[in-house]
Amino acid sequence: MSDENRHIAFICSKGDLDMAYPALVMGWAALGNGIDVTIFFTFWGMDIINKKRQKRLELSPIGKTSMKMSMMGLPTGNLGIPNIMSVIPGMTAFTSWFMKKKIEEVHAPPVDEYLQMLVDAGANLYACKMSVDMFGHTMDTYVDGVKDIVTAGDFMDMTDGAQIIFI
Amino acid sequence: MSLLETVALNDEGFMTNPDEWTKELAMEIARGEGIAELTEDHWKIIEFCRANAESSGAAPTLRQITKGTGISTKELFALYPKGPAKKVAKISGLGKPEGCV
Repeated sequence: MSDENRHIAFICSKGDLDMAYPALVMGWAALGNGIDVTIFFTFWGMDIINKKRQKRLELSPIGKTSMKMSMMGLPTGNLGIPNIMSVIPGMTAFTSWFMKKKIEEVHAPPVDEYLQMLVDAGANLYACKMSVDMFGHTMDTYVDGVKDIVTAGDFMDMTDGAQIIFI
Repeated sequence: MSLLETVALNDEGFMTNPDEWTKELAMEIARGEGIAELTEDHWKIIEFCRANAESSGAAPTLRQITKGTGISTKELFALYPKGPAKKVAKISGLGKPEGCV
């Protein structure tokens, strides 16, 4: 093993419920294996660190071609959720509820608890300056554990030699 | 002579027979992993892992450890720095934890 500790950096750009989990799962695994973890939240991904949004991430049924009705126990084979049904009020709430149930079934914690675990284990979280300016956020918008608001250039400096994963 | 030479290990250095484990062996493995002394809290985690493995057949994940022992994530990472997942399992004489959380 080299003297330099292995370092993985995630760029979280999506705020959908299902897109919050990849960095949480892999980041937690990395920390458990003694790997340094940095997470840069940008654009919609900032919902994952936003106090008001973090517990309310959703999954829309629109455009989720892999989400089949058979996942809900219906004998419908490869049939997806018909797009027309997505206009029904409550459909996004329903698919979000369903995904949360699936996540719970594998004993994965909710997003807020999971992220806190990563922070407690030493992950470094940063918010993207351009997105912060665009959305009019401040550090108060974010949960504790977010260290700073940084530019893309700062991110490049702090991830010198790291493996970078864009989500 | 090292106690580790007397037990069966796999390629990654995990013990393959948990019955060969002893407290003295745990202390030796811990020193090898950079933990000079095993405190009461270290033992609490090790005992939980061994009991869990005995009932489930596999080493517990980190979240199962924090939930099961009441030891926080922060404390767990302070007790077993730089990669508690493998370190705890190794010191407890178990295989690699199965599961992602």
